Amino acid sequence: MFKRLGDTADTLTIEIDGKSVRARSGDTVAAAMLANGIDHCRTTPVTGAPRAPYCLMGVCFECLVMIDGVGSRQGCLVPVRDGMRVETQQGKREAGR
Amino acid sequence: MTEASDLASAYDLVVIGGGPAGLAAAALAARAGVSTVLFDENPGVGGQIYRGITSTPLKKRAVLGEDYWAGAELAAEAKASGALIVTGATVWSLDPTRQVGVSIAGKARMIEARRVIIATGSLERPFPIPGWTLPGVMTAGAAQTALKAHGLVPNGRVLLAGCGPLLWLLAAQMLRAGARIEAILDTTLRANWLRAVPHLPDFLLSPYWSKGLALLREVRAKVPVIPIERLSARGEGKLQQVDYVSRGKDSRRQADVLLLHQGVVPNVNLANAAGVAHRWNERQICFEPVLDVDFGSSVPGIAIAGDGAGIAGGTAAAERGRIAAIAAVRALKPSASVPDPQSVRQKLQREELGRGFLDTLYRPADAFRLPEDETIACRCEEVTAKQIRDMAAIGCEGPNQMKAFLRCGMGPCQGRLCGLTVTELIAASRHTRPADVGYYRLRPPVKPITLAELASLPISEAERKAVER
Repeated sequence: MFKRLGDTADTLTIEIDGKSVRARSGDTVAAAMLANGIDHCRTTPVTGAPRAPYCLMGVCFECLVMIDGVGSRQGCLVPVRDGMRVETQQGKREAGR
Repeated sequence: MTEASDLASAYDLVVIGGGPAGLAAAALAARAGVSTVLFDENPGVGGQIYRGITSTPLKKRAVLGEDYWAGAELAAEAKASGALIVTGATVWSLDPTRQVGVSIAGKARMIEARRVIIATGSLERPFPIPGWTLPGVMTAGAAQTALKAHGLVPNGRVLLAGCGPLLWLLAAQMLRAGARIEAILDTTLRANWLRAVPHLPDFLLSPYWSKGLALLREVRAKVPVIPIERLSARGEGKLQQVDYVSRGKDSRRQADVLLLHQGVVPNVNLANAAGVAHRWNERQICFEPVLDVDFGSSVPGIAIAGDGAGIAGGTAAAERGRIAAIAAVRALKPSASVPDPQSVRQKLQREELGRGFLDTLYRPADAFRLPEDETIACRCEEVTAKQIRDMAAIGCEGPNQMKAFLRCGMGPCQGRLCGLTVTELIAASRHTRPADVGYYRLRPPVKPITLAELASLPISEAERKAVER
């Protein structure tokens, strides 16, 4: 959905749904997902419809993902860290996740 | 990195939001010797207009334009001022006694503030069209953030749709960055041009006139601009096609990315939850806080600067921040020397001159604010316009009652993406005015926090004894 401009370099590795992908230091989780062609980051609790980041500025809550085991984090506000584990969220939250 | 445990229990001034208003306010107050802390939830300062100003991977200054780089000076001034600037800090609560709830890296603190300046800015006006929840449909501001902060441009067949200065600025920045735009679907009402004419003399005196004209020329030379009256996004699981009506004729285009924009509106959530009085602004079709000449709100000690005080743009936001900060310094430390507020007010007036023209010309058409029946109004709870109209028809009088009936506005975004739509739908259905319908009553926490964050709040001996036996 998005591509990186030439003057940026990939510098670290994160895991998205168990798959290793490259990200740039300074990316947020949502930006890294967009740059890696992840076409949705969650499905809704109400109808299970797929959603992707919409506003990238912390107000729409569409980019909610699980980060290092904590659910419903706003991917657009969390900077990536080497080795970070990101999981897409499917439907309703389970207790404790 | 500042951690929650590094914070003092009280500050003279707490500034919430690190865009132009917050940065200018914090810099002025700290230089005057007032103990100042600025919180911003993003990884860096700059707000949305100067997003990524200290970290952007874009090295070619021409891509984002000189107006963007002006933000570097504001950020540097704030940094040098002695204000404590904390990024990655989410303010989730503010009450009328000016107790500020903030979380940093999973740890929460309650901070006492003698004065608070809310500088949480604006957000893009809801743009409810059929299919606006599909992956591939985003706001223009999102694409601009991706470009500024991350050096990312949309890929594939890209369409822009809507109206307003930001749409043209984004188009120009994307083109300069080498991105391709298939077309701009322009929703500006032709009748708005006539309505805007009386505001033209003021607009010609404002800095936006020559800049705006240059942007339009730059973009129109490279991208077809199609006037449209209707718009919808279609696709299975993601955006595949955009349907529109242009001058009465149905058309469609294959598309991978659709970027929507129809202006910005104040982000009222924190101020509303703090009990600040708001009123309806008919020219800007949104709620805004009721403020005095120093941007002080109805709650003593809480001021609101920047676009959160009513939309006026980034350079005006900085001047507003300074005015609010001067008032705060005068109240907190009367002996401190501050700039003459009259000279700041004059600068602000000049910045605000062009608003009447822009607000009138780019007033979004009813069709894009009051969606058709099956269109989703509340994205979080997936509530359609028809459901809201049906409830209004059987007697639901306002947005707060609507929550109880339909759960609209009760999802994680807390009404940010549906509040104005719901208010306007109810007003239209009940043949009354948005001012009479009102807005959601918001309550803290205005951003979600975990129980672990709450549990990390320091507890005094007295508080422990109150619950332990």
